[in-house]
Amino acid sequence: MKILKIFLIIFLSIGFSQLKSDEKNEELKNKILKNIRCLICQGQSVYDSESDFASSVKLIVATKINKGLTEDQIYEFLRSRYGDWVVFEPELNKNTYILWLLPLLLFLFGGAIIYKKISIKNYEE
Amino acid sequence: MKNKFRLFIIIIFLIFCFGIFYKGLDKSNTYAPKIKDKKNITIFEAKDFNSGVYLNSEEIFKEDTFYIVNIWASWCVPCRKEHPLLMELSKNESVKLIGLNYKDNIKNAKIFIDELGNPYSQILIDDDGTLSVEFGAYGVPETFLINKNKKIISKFIGPLNQETFEEIQSIIK
Repeated sequence: MKILKIFLIIFLSIGFSQLKSDEKNEELKNKILKNIRCLICQGQSVYDSESDFASSVKLIVATKINKGLTEDQIYEFLRSRYGDWVVFEPELNKNTYILWLLPLLLFLFGGAIIYKKISIKNYEE
Repeated sequence: MKNKFRLFIIIIFLIFCFGIFYKGLDKSNTYAPKIKDKKNITIFEAKDFNSGVYLNSEEIFKEDTFYIVNIWASWCVPCRKEHPLLMELSKNESVKLIGLNYKDNIKNAKIFIDELGNPYSQILIDDDGTLSVEFGAYGVPETFLINKNKKIISKFIGPLNQETFEEIQSIIK
């Protein structure tokens, strides 16, 4: 009876860990698919799209995750075939410096103007 | 002086914005991926259209020659349009054509080939479209030119036309 209980616990824990791992893979798959642009309906992510292209990409991403590829490796696979544009969040490289740094520069520039205005106002008071 | 400087900055900013938008007018609003670097063909396994046997990419691209991989389907109207050009290309002995039958009904695909002729030395089945993604395609028809070093050197999105046909001929001659 005791042995049976031990087997049951082992069996259930294996089952639960498998379920947990499937859930994790599903979460990762959805995260990746939401960050990939559908090239047929270009305003949509692959996750939202029902096009033939999107359904093939969904399958291929699931296969790659099951093979153990990381998120970055999957993005790299898609970038090497479709270019940087296929990923909604582009990586920082020489072509995307302006894209990443311009909002920061504008923020700093705006902040500097506000700071200057406030300090002038304080000085006048 | 300060106001003049401010006006100058605003004008420069407006010219900059105008320049960006003006340049954008010339650009197509649909993105088509281009091949920047020659990249090796992917390693894959696919089912042969006629025998149903699974073949790997090394067996398929074993010869020391140019290869053309053409993605097609019987339901694809532009594929019919480009088919005579593929038939013409198949007469060139320095290239072998591999057909990738994309998400198709085998019976209809066979009727298509019987009706229009078979330019392919081998046809592979891509019933779920994943093989096309491995090649970097996103629709039908698409054509890839592979050199003797098994690198993809050109990619043609959409049906081949006289211009792209001549471009391929000039590379493989």
